[in-house]
Formats: sequence, C-alpha cells, structure tokens
Amino acid sequence: MARRTVVLWCPDWPVISAAGAAGLSPTAPIAVIWANRVVSCSAAARAEGVRRGLRRREAQGRCPDLVVLRHDPIRDARAFEPVLAAVEELAPGVEAIRPGLCAVAARGPARYFGGDRAVAARLVQQVTASTRVTSRVGVADGRFAAGLAARQAEIVPRGGSRAFLAPFPVNTLELSELTDLLRRLGLRTLGDFAGLPPRDVLARFGPDGARAHRLARGQDEVPLAARVPAPELAVQVEFDPPVDRVDTAAFAARALAEQVHAGLIRRGLACTRLAIEAQTEHGEQLTRLWRHEGVLTPAAIADRVRWQLDGWLTRAATGEAERPTAGIMLLRLVPDEVIRHSGLQLGLWGGLGDAGERAGRAMARVQGMLGGDAVLTAVLGGGRDPDEQVRLVPWGDERVPARPADQPWPGQVPAPAPATVLADPVPVEVLAADGGPVGVTGRYAVTAEPARFAAPGRPATALLAWAGPWPVDERWWDPAAARRRARFQLLGADGTAWLVALEAGRWWAEGVYD
Amino acid sequence: MTTAAPERSGAARETRREARPRGAGDPLERALLPVLPALAPLFPDGALRRGSTVAVDGSAALLIAVLAGPSLAGSWCAVLGVPTLGLVAAAGAGVAVDRLALVPAPGPAWPSVTAALLDAVDLVVVAPGARVRAGDARRLAARARQRGSVLVPYGVPAGGWEGADLRLSVAEAQWSGLGAGWGHLRARQVLLHSDGRGSAARPRRAQVWLPAAGGRVEPAAAVVPIPVRRAPAGQPPGRRPPPGELL
Repeated sequence: MARRTVVLWCPDWPVISAAGAAGLSPTAPIAVIWANRVVSCSAAARAEGVRRGLRRREAQGRCPDLVVLRHDPIRDARAFEPVLAAVEELAPGVEAIRPGLCAVAARGPARYFGGDRAVAARLVQQVTASTRVTSRVGVADGRFAAGLAARQAEIVPRGGSRAFLAPFPVNTLELSELTDLLRRLGLRTLGDFAGLPPRDVLARFGPDGARAHRLARGQDEVPLAARVPAPELAVQVEFDPPVDRVDTAAFAARALAEQVHAGLIRRGLACTRLAIEAQTEHGEQLTRLWRHEGVLTPAAIADRVRWQLDGWLTRAATGEAERPTAGIMLLRLVPDEVIRHSGLQLGLWGGLGDAGERAGRAMARVQGMLGGDAVLTAVLGGGRDPDEQVRLVPWGDERVPARPADQPWPGQVPAPAPATVLADPVPVEVLAADGGPVGVTGRYAVTAEPARFAAPGRPATALLAWAGPWPVDERWWDPAAARRRARFQLLGADGTAWLVALEAGRWWAEGVYD
Repeated sequence: MTTAAPERSGAARETRREARPRGAGDPLERALLPVLPALAPLFPDGALRRGSTVAVDGSAALLIAVLAGPSLAGSWCAVLGVPTLGLVAAAGAGVAVDRLALVPAPGPAWPSVTAALLDAVDLVVVAPGARVRAGDARRLAARARQRGSVLVPYGVPAGGWEGADLRLSVAEAQWSGLGAGWGHLRARQVLLHSDGRGSAARPRRAQVWLPAAGGRVEPAAAVVPIPVRRAPAGQPPGRRPPPGELL
C-alpha cells in the first residue's frame, strides 16, 4: 500500500525565483530560458500563447513585452529553502523533490490538524504568510499521484490513486524513451499501461519499465523491499577551519558524493532519498531530506548537496529564515532510503562507464591537490575566433557552451583551426617590403603587401604567402564592447603559419598553425 | 594489421609482459592503444603500446594527431601544462573533448599530478615548463609501465626526457591553399619522423596530411597538390566604415 503523501507545488517556480532575483513582479509576462528554449513562463505570458519548449524568438514574437530571464537551478534551489522551512514548521520530515516541489508524509499532520483537507489549507496559508509564494497542495496515496494531484489542488480519496491516475497521458511519467514506445504500442494513458500484467512489463521493459508501471498503478515508487540502510553507508567530512563559503563546501561535497555512491554500488544498492546534515561550530544541527525520482548518481548527489548548502549559507539574504551563526564544521550524507539497484551493471569487461568513473576519481584527486579550477574540460560552442569557440569549465561542472554553435558566425576563420591558440595574444610586427608598416584602410584594403614578419623570441622571417584582411566588426552598437579587427593568415619562409590580427594600429598573433 | 607482428627483441617482450594492464582479454589487443591510420607506420606495433613513453616534439598538430587515435577509440586522456592547445583543431582531428581533461598550470607539483593521472587515464600528455630531472622522468616512465598507460612528454628538447621509447617529430612541412593575398590555409603535408629504443631503433617515416582539408589527419600516399579555389581578397564588410578611416 502506498504511503499517503502531501505534495506542495509552487507553480512556475523558475519564473518566481528568477523574477524575485531580478526585482520583477511574477505577474508580469516573464519567460525563463535555457539553451534558447522556454523552460517556464508566467501566467501572463501563457495567456499570450507562450509555452514550454518554444524557441526564444518565437516566444518573443507571440508576446512582444516578454521579459526573458536566464534559468539558474542553483538560484531556484536557494530561493526554495525558505518555503521548505515554512512547510517544516507545520509538518516535520519534509522531502525536497526538486526546487518548487516538496513532499511530506500525510499521516501525522492529518491526525493533528483533523483531516487531509485541513492540512492542505494550513500548508498553503503557512507558505503564503511566511514567504508570499502561492502554492498548491495535493494529497493522495503515493508521491507520484500526490504530485499530479497538487497541480489540480485536489485531495484524492484513500485507495483512489489508481483511478485518479488512469486518464493522464503516459508522458507524465517523464521517461521519454519508454513513453515513446508505449505510445507506439497504442498505450496512451496511464490507465492503459497499468492494465498490463506486472510480470510481463518487467520482462519486456526491464527494471525502469517496472518502476514506471508501479507508478502508473498508483503504488509508491519505492518497492516494499525498501530497506533501512546500514549506518556505515553514511559518510561525513569535517572542516577545520569551519567553512562558510558555498564553493569550498560544495567542492568537498563532490568528493563526499563520490564516496557515498561508491559505498552503495559496492553493496549493489541505489539511493532514492538522501539526508544532508550539517553541524555548525556553535552546535546548530541542520538537516534536509532530498528525494530523487530515479536513482541518485554521484553528480545528482553533488548537485543537491550544493543547492542545499547554498540554501543554508545564503539564508541571510532572504531574511525569512535565520542563517546559521557560524561556519559549517561537519557535513554528513546519509542515504536514507535505498533500493536494490538492478538497473545498472558494470560491463563484463569493464566498459566505458568504468573507465570514466576511474578518470573522474583521478580528476577529483588532482583537484584536491591543485584546487577545483585547476582541472578543466572544454566545451565547444560558436564564435568567430578559435579562442571564443572554447569554454573551459572546471571538471565536474555543467558543460554548457559560452555561445550557441548552431548560429551563423560570419567572419569565422576558415577550417582547419590553428593547433596552438594564444588566449593572450602576443604583439608581433608585420612589415612591408620597404620596411614600412602595413595598415588597413577603412574600406579594408591593405596599405602595402605584407612581406616580413617578426614575433618575440624568434628571428624575423620573410613571408611566402598571406591572405586577408578578413574584417571582424563586433558589437559596434555597444561602445564598451565594440571591437574592430582585421585578421590575416601569414605563411613564413621558415615554414611557420600564423593567424594574426590588426586592432587599433597594432598587430597581434592569435594562433599558430604549428 | 600489424598488432599481431611477432616480437623479436627480448627486452621488448619483457616490457610488454609488464605493460599488461589489469583485467583480462586478449593480452596483445589489451596491450595496444589504437592510433590514427595515418600515424600507424611510425609505430613498431602499428599502435601505441600501453606502458610506453612516446615523446612528441614541439608541433601541437602532431600532439593532437597522437591524442586523436586513443580518444576516438573511447579512451580518456589528460593534457598537462599546455594552456595553448587549440581545442577546436583537436575536435576537428577527432579528439573527444568531453573525455579530455586539461590541467593548464600544474605548477611545481607536476610530477605528482602526472603520476595521479597515469593511474586512471589511458594517455597523459605532459609539458613540463622547466628542465626535467632524470629521476622524475624515470619514475614517471616506470609508473606508466606499471599502470599500462601511455606517457607523452611534449615539447621537451631532444635528450631532455630520459628513457623515451619513441620520439615523434615533424621533419618537413608544406602548406597549401594560401597565395599572395588570396586563399586560406587549407592543408599541410608533413613528413613525420620517429625513432627510439629497442624495436623502434630503426627510424621510420610517414607522409601525412596534418591537417588535411577540413581538419582531419590523413595519410598522404603521393604528393598530390590539392586544388585551390581562387577567392577574392577579404570578405565584404558588414557595415561599411567611413572611407579613409584606418584600423
């Protein structure tokens, strides 16, 4: 029997947190954008036809006064912390599912306040009073059903979850691969899917499918065999001196996440609920439960710990809840609910996942030696310079390009790209045959043919060939960021080839084709 | 395939036995990391031998070509001390940048950082800024041999890295595509040179397009000049600046 659960949902949470940070009213037409797609939009924007998944340009076309804000999951989680604190005042044991959505067991509060309806009303009131955030509450058997009930602010009667879920389309399961397959099989609603015999679902769709099937049948996603984890699965780290900076603590959290995950894997387990505990120098105890719909990977654990630490350590800014009076001395991760993890097996011969994990551990070790920013990984995006197209992010951070690659970048240097890119351009000299300087006119014509080239630390060389000028006129509408350059490729008699640029009367080497 | 070529030198057989990595599988297959087909003639086994030390001279394009083979085959690689590595060029040659870790400034602790990475990734490129102590070079080569990874000292002058099994360098290079005021750099034909110790003592050569038009690395069988399209100098400017204004 699924546990009776109360779910509190703040509609359009990314919009509310982004609007709060930008000092806007959430009633304005606002869209939160990630990777050029609308992630979430306010009610006013929705009324104008803006929808999730629209391209930014199209959303702006439908609603010309649309305010576009950037999506930031860390900010969302931080802003959600006061809401969690408000819920916790009424009902202990709140589980954050994701920013904007949290769950709490219904049994205790329902008894205390006299029924599910009373709990729902009290929760909405409490959250509005202490954080001025509108929310909806749903109560049902099982968290999945309660989450859907919260969207309609509904109380599903006891034992009615399966009937309540039946008319919902299968894509509410949010497992795109499985739901595509189900739709092609003609199973369009959760009711259709729930009608299949569980044994056949497991045989045909594997453990993930079986889990989704349990959800569709209104059973709790944690199987009855969920066990109380052995205490040795918990890991902790002590900070000396105590830390009060999010990035320092988050860095340690990443290693801790790896450790807790390794411990679980060794026992063939996976974690579905994680308790994050912290103790401050003055003895304050902070605890928060995080629930994950699937199983928590090391990266997912590290993200949640980082969000939570951010929430605690920056409470002062929000003013609603008190900030811990001292730095964090002890951080502890406790896998609170674990299941047997049958979904993932390492390859018989040690697959790529194994090598990746091994590499990841070594990178974490090097980050421990040199600092978090010393180990980088590159993300390629768009841009006009070979340097601009690369964004270096610390190992383990999210891989997001600086500029979108799928847009035209007129003036991009033609392929092949230089094998050596000088992120800090080096001043060089380009001279005409008579030894005079080479310049470029306003109409992008050279004043003299380049004939000699000298870079620091190298003997001057005659030029065999050259091409250019290739003009780049960037952001001319913005005087602070405007750049006008003319780029050339030069081929020296010594066999070296260079990418150079003339900017404001000076020549710079930007890359070497070596 | 040259991977099954019988090993003649006793010393090399010894090395191979030590180089056998953890885990089972066909020992010969497991002891080699693939390289790009264009580079295969430079290696005695036609591939990188796990546990070996392969020095690369100062050409970044050659370094990228060495990285591309294992990276394409799914290996994880790390590059230490090369902040100027052209990652767009690397991706163009086939390096999977999401499996490439970069440590641009390893600092004076570079030997221990290199050792830590040798434990976990298949190929580690290291460009030590300063002079390398013979002891450090020996210890790192031993670490690579023991862990079955490949160590690639990069940009160290000849003789600067004691005990390299193989040394790769660019002997001759010829760019094409660029004229006097027209065209752009399209491809470069290079003559690569390798020599080393043991089974690699005989010098080897390979003609390679490094890069070929489009950025890949391809073998150059014969000297074939690639056709060059004559392009007008410069591109039409987007916004026409007032005449006479100098940049």
